[in-house]
Amino acid sequence: MQDNLKPSSYQQLEQKSKYTNMFLRWFLYFILILFASYFIFPLYVMVVTSLKTMEEIRQGTLLSWPSGLNFESWAVAWGGRGYGAGDTFLKPYFWNSIKMVVPAVFFSTFIGAMTGYVLTKWRFKGDSWVFLFLLFGCFIPFQAILLPMARTLGALGISNSIVGLVLVHTVYGIPFTTLFFRNYYVSVPTELVKAARIDGAGFFKIFFKILLPISAPIIVVTVIWQFTQIWNDFLFGSTFSFGEAAPIQVALNNMVLSSTSVKEYNVDMASAIIAGVPTLIVYVLAGKYFIRGLTSGAVKG
Amino acid sequence: MKTLKIEDLSKNFGSTEVLKKINLEIDEGNFLVLLGPSGCGKSTLLNIIAGLETINEGNVFIDDYNVSKVEPKDRNIAMVFQSYALYPSMNVRENMIFGLKQAKTSKEKIEQQLEKVSKFLQVDQLLERKPSQLSGGQRQRVAIGRALVREPRIFLFDEPLSNLDAKLRVEMRREIKKLHQQLKTTVVYVTHDQTEAMSLGTRIAIMNHGVIQQNDTPENIYNKPSNTFVADFIGSPSMNLIKGSLKESSGEISFTASGSNFEIPVKGYEFKDKSNLNNKEVFFGIRPEHIYFKKSNESDFEVTLRADLSEYIGHEQIITFDYANQEILAKFPSTIKIELAKETKLYFDLTQTSLFDAQTEERI
Repeated sequence: MQDNLKPSSYQQLEQKSKYTNMFLRWFLYFILILFASYFIFPLYVMVVTSLKTMEEIRQGTLLSWPSGLNFESWAVAWGGRGYGAGDTFLKPYFWNSIKMVVPAVFFSTFIGAMTGYVLTKWRFKGDSWVFLFLLFGCFIPFQAILLPMARTLGALGISNSIVGLVLVHTVYGIPFTTLFFRNYYVSVPTELVKAARIDGAGFFKIFFKILLPISAPIIVVTVIWQFTQIWNDFLFGSTFSFGEAAPIQVALNNMVLSSTSVKEYNVDMASAIIAGVPTLIVYVLAGKYFIRGLTSGAVKG
Repeated sequence: MKTLKIEDLSKNFGSTEVLKKINLEIDEGNFLVLLGPSGCGKSTLLNIIAGLETINEGNVFIDDYNVSKVEPKDRNIAMVFQSYALYPSMNVRENMIFGLKQAKTSKEKIEQQLEKVSKFLQVDQLLERKPSQLSGGQRQRVAIGRALVREPRIFLFDEPLSNLDAKLRVEMRREIKKLHQQLKTTVVYVTHDQTEAMSLGTRIAIMNHGVIQQNDTPENIYNKPSNTFVADFIGSPSMNLIKGSLKESSGEISFTASGSNFEIPVKGYEFKDKSNLNNKEVFFGIRPEHIYFKKSNESDFEVTLRADLSEYIGHEQIITFDYANQEILAKFPSTIKIELAKETKLYFDLTQTSLFDAQTEERI
């Protein structure tokens, strides 16, 4: 049927397909911009509001540009107003969170790597059951363990302390970190371990010298995951700590909800941004590896 | 003194028996190939020799010393793996000396060994490279080098060539052969490739279902297979096994295929036991390459068969013939013209035949 098409009709077809492609491309960009603005919009409002003075906010123009770069509310959110009682500000709690998140991420990642290593390279009787129960830990709702955990912390004498929170987050992180590392190490040929055993390396030497050096992608994934979870946690923080020992998310809540006088939206917004910045930084620095680590998993060597 | 001796070795994973009462001995300097289909237990056996796998029953001796419960590193062995198992984070140098460092060898000795081996294997230019920067053949060499620097009593190879492409495989096969000729170290080599086994081994142990079927020289494995499994496993295409029975009349023994009355004399055949041969149900085995188009020996036996199928493979052709309703294959140079669906005169080389008991499938 098409065998008597003339060259001119080919040109027509070419034109047509060019217009269709152009239309589809513009449509694609339109959709993408629409969704991107949907996600960026709240952040825009937060940033803009945090830079405004209370006067400007009272005018009710939520979307308008601030009159100038006014970082006063940021300073208040971080360091307070300088008068004594009742002044809550983020600085001490930010350091609380850092003191909690660094060891908790370190220990949960390390223990997860170790457990994943054992579950894949030193198989033992019933290891699949152990893994199954560990997986179970991923699905237990946080609320279910609040009471037993509170009693445990009490018995250990570390309730309402950073150490207690580190313990809670480490324990709760292990199922996830184990899952990550186990799935990663499954794809590492077991022959590597066999070769190392013949070469005379023991359990720890194989782990530290052979496996850990090739685990960078999955370590990044785990660290991002754990950092985000622990930094953003509110439930454990508010249950197992109060006052001085609270992490930043709890302090943020207290700051925003307990202010007795006028609601200072600019300070609230600045505080919320400060509380969110560390996770953003981690994502920006390691995001590239995050995608790579999640998708690849395989080691070629 | 046997370099390696395995005594009544059994191994099971749960309820599956992987190895059943294996007995095996290797003399110093031999190249033993463990050959068999996948799942026959050959790799498990190698892992047990290396000490990477525990034993359920039996013992392993190296130089008459019972090593059954000795750690892999103390067995004086070295192993080359299928995936090479080079440590990805270390460069070639670190890979090769890792074992020596673990054994707390002196620095001078390590350097000396490294230099000797890397020169010998021509990897001395690659010492600073990471395994990911090496080609398949280079990785293979480094893996062998890592085994060599340890100066082991026994080399263990676990299908070391199966990850290489066909051309490189043939090259590396020759290199391993050369290596063995020069070093004369005892080798145990696992493969499922019969060409590799034949060309490398001084002895071949054919395994199936956790049992050693035959442990012999390559010549005997090929010419005198001890049962139908070995006969069928070795050779490509494999040996023709024609079902039939033996007949004995006035001292002359002959074979008749079932469904025919055509007799093939087997008087030249070396029977293990000459009694009770009359009417015995047997398989008559002859390899495709021992069926000729032209009579070449006085003893060759003439048959006339119908050609059914022809497979051309370049330097030769494989023709399927009909022998009393049983298919038999023959291999000829491709220069010979054979017409299909026509009776063709062929010659069986009767000096190259095997006979197997139809019940036990053992050689008689």
